[in-house]
Amino acid sequence: MTAQAHKLWHFNGGVHPEQHKDVSTREPIEFMRLPRLVVLPLSQHIGEHCEPLVKAGDNVNKGQVIARAPGYVSAAVHASTSGRVVTVEERPVPHPSGMSAPCIVIEPDGREYWGESRLPPIEDYLNADPVTLRNRVREAGIVGLGGAAFPSAVKLNPRTEQPIDTVILNGAECEPYITCDDMLMRERAAQVLDGLRIIMHVVKAGEAVIGIEDNKPEAYQDFCAALGGSDVDGIRVVQVPTLYPTGGEKQLIKVLTGREVPSQGLPIDVGMVCHNVGTAYAIYRAVAEGEPLISRIVTVTGGGTQNPRNFEVLLGTPVGDLIDAAGGYTPEAHRLVMGGPMMGFALSDDEVPVIKGTNCLLAATREETPATPPALPCIRCGACMRACPANLLPQQLYWFARARDFDKVQDYNLFDCIECGCCSYVCPSHIPLVQYYRFAKTEIWELERERRKADQARIRHEFRQERLEREKREKAEKLARKKAALAKKPEKADAEDPKKAAIQAALERVKAKKATAGVEPKNTSDLTPEQAAQIEAAEARRAHAREKADSEGND
Amino acid sequence: MRFRTVSSPHVTRTPGVGAIMRQVLYALVPGTAALVWYFGWGTLINLGIAVAAAVGFEALMLVIRRRPVQPALSDYSAVVTAWLLAIAIPPLSPWWLTVLGVFFAIVVAKQLYGGLGYNPFNPAMVGYVVLLISFPREMTTWLPVQSLAAHHFDLLQTAQIIFTGTPLHGLGWDAVSGATPLDQVKTQLGLGHTISEIRKNSLFGDFGGKGWEWIANWYFLGGVWLLYKRIITWQIPTAMLLSLGLLAGVFFLYDPDAFASPAFHIFSGGAMLGAFFIATDPVTASTTPRGQLIYGAGIGILTFVIRTWGGYPDAIAFAVLLMNMAAPTIDYYTQPRVFGHGGRE
Ligand code: SF4
Ligand code: SF4
Repeated sequence: MTAQAHKLWHFNGGVHPEQHKDVSTREPIEFMRLPRLVVLPLSQHIGEHCEPLVKAGDNVNKGQVIARAPGYVSAAVHASTSGRVVTVEERPVPHPSGMSAPCIVIEPDGREYWGESRLPPIEDYLNADPVTLRNRVREAGIVGLGGAAFPSAVKLNPRTEQPIDTVILNGAECEPYITCDDMLMRERAAQVLDGLRIIMHVVKAGEAVIGIEDNKPEAYQDFCAALGGSDVDGIRVVQVPTLYPTGGEKQLIKVLTGREVPSQGLPIDVGMVCHNVGTAYAIYRAVAEGEPLISRIVTVTGGGTQNPRNFEVLLGTPVGDLIDAAGGYTPEAHRLVMGGPMMGFALSDDEVPVIKGTNCLLAATREETPATPPALPCIRCGACMRACPANLLPQQLYWFARARDFDKVQDYNLFDCIECGCCSYVCPSHIPLVQYYRFAKTEIWELERERRKADQARIRHEFRQERLEREKREKAEKLARKKAALAKKPEKADAEDPKKAAIQAALERVKAKKATAGVEPKNTSDLTPEQAAQIEAAEARRAHAREKADSEGND
Repeated sequence: MRFRTVSSPHVTRTPGVGAIMRQVLYALVPGTAALVWYFGWGTLINLGIAVAAAVGFEALMLVIRRRPVQPALSDYSAVVTAWLLAIAIPPLSPWWLTVLGVFFAIVVAKQLYGGLGYNPFNPAMVGYVVLLISFPREMTTWLPVQSLAAHHFDLLQTAQIIFTGTPLHGLGWDAVSGATPLDQVKTQLGLGHTISEIRKNSLFGDFGGKGWEWIANWYFLGGVWLLYKRIITWQIPTAMLLSLGLLAGVFFLYDPDAFASPAFHIFSGGAMLGAFFIATDPVTASTTPRGQLIYGAGIGILTFVIRTWGGYPDAIAFAVLLMNMAAPTIDYYTQPRVFGHGGRE
């Protein structure tokens, strides 16, 4: 079949940050040696936190489940190597706030012993039952490896009323330094393709489009070679223009198909599901080789490292060890970023471990990540608006976020901001715009939380009042009945009354609950499970910090 | 090893406000040079006075407001304001007129509102309008183009006129100054002359006023530079010139004797300067793409209306200020469709 040119669409805005991909693509992916310690946070994904299954002193095998996923939107944690559990305690984890969270710390025994922990490979996976495959993905603890870390099994579970026609495989990798997907596509194209076929099979999609930015011609070629053409069996490999943030799920879908995922919606709303190439690879490994997600490819790059390149790294490997593997820091190392320079977050030190969502470690020099000059006032030049892929008015958002006018920021669709940083990138006044949006979002969730709490307190209070009154009333009624009974013959039927009152109260409770549903902030209602999970995760992180303060407030 | 933590993005690529304003200044050079070429040294002297006054006032206000002086001065926004004002007022304006204009522009219209970015009105135009209303005589007596002028003044003589207020050799003001072509059209129409009669006057060139049309061309060139450098976007200038031209065209076709031609409207007075340099002031203009079309068109229409039926010969300043008022509302109703919010597929 001859492939005709694939029509491409545009999204508004986007920017062209300086590319530094070649720095880390000179050498093939290297297997990172076993670290001294492995630190596995209980929660490395969006969604419910895992519950530890091991305690200090336990011996674990490689691939053994050491923390179980308690809910649907969650992903188990597996031991990335064999060894002894040293401790289960709070450790610093990779997070913008530099917070600590419960981690399982394993001292490797060096044997890399699997024991019974390897999952049985599923032969002939393209004819296997989709449910079996989905369960495997779940068992393997796979989350989106593009950075968002959303549990993959959830995305493989389409609802019958929303059929998926197309799988989008995200190989865009638009952040200017990251190359782990690029190298994966170059070196393991066949396996990634098989992973894609598994995804297609599970979600019953007839077609797939693989989007690769045109700054990765090798990856494109290798994919075409592995596929046997650029358009075979409903799978199409497409080069998309290099433009940040094309790797954003919604942006990529727009570019490849012209379909626009609705605000607050999911790709499935337009009949699609989007997975990262790394995720597809992990799915292949889990299905065909029975290996849970215990390692991933990480780009170590930037002028602050001696030998930038890509590593296949065991999850839990401390960042510092990984930097050492890349030859250590150069004297110019100035800032350490997990993720890319556009969206990644700066680490205060290199003690934290590599987790499932870690795609890149950027040790940057001062020239690469210069300090931003002091912010000047917004001159309303509109550069940010022209750069915004979500088509927002960042200058207005900034204005209202600064003024803490949270109603207005929501009117201007704050929650459609994907925090891509394009606006900050182009602002001539050097205003850290994204920072303001993050702040506003956090504040709004905080307000929302407090409002809910206050509502609950109010409802409790009202019920108490009601109950007291009801009791009073019942007493009075009883008294009246007694009086009446004294006068007349007693009647049985009236004995039902308290029950009726109870039913009435229950009904009122329901009514009250319904009434309070109306006070939620705008665009926080109607959230998808994915977003709700994200929010919950953020909530949980915050809650974590104030756990102690809160614990006495419970009643 | 410990590192500094800062919020993403960790890279930026931006010219900075100062660099943007510098580009605007570069773009103003050709038009300004043409102005000097056709009307003598006065403009240059005004420019010097205005810039000095602007920087002085800006610094003073920043000190009073306890703001850092250096970063605000190096954004060049005061210089741009001063420059725009200096080339908008008559070349032989007395020095105090210029200083007063700059005072209103920088101190009142800009700093009292909170400085760069917070002013709802275009400062240069506020300064201009205050002068126009307060000193209508000084503000409407232009020089004739040099080729028509009976008297030529060298740099020193010009300076003397500007600083002492008296023309040399006992010449009266009437002897050295004249009306602008727009002025001429307005007064003569009022006296019952037809456009074709009026245009026989030597003040008029091929399509605009003599000299003016060329100055307009040089402003246009500067505007193209700004477009090329992506300092401004096409919406405002295009919408403004188009609406002005179209409206003028309709009336011109209806009665060419009572209404000046579209070309005359576009190539006379401040239309071209206004379209590319004044209406596009980002702080006070509309920011959304559709809003900018409306905003620009509004200025074009108002310009025509005021020029034709209003009390002032040129109307760019009024039109801009009026639309400044409307900008927030326009912005509100022209928000772009947010990604994923329905609409077209
Ligand atoms: S880019 Fe910066 S200065 Fe320009 S409008 Fe946006 S926030 Fe304001
Ligand atoms: S960070 Fe938000 S507001 Fe800024 S460009 Fe990205 S989506 Fe738009």
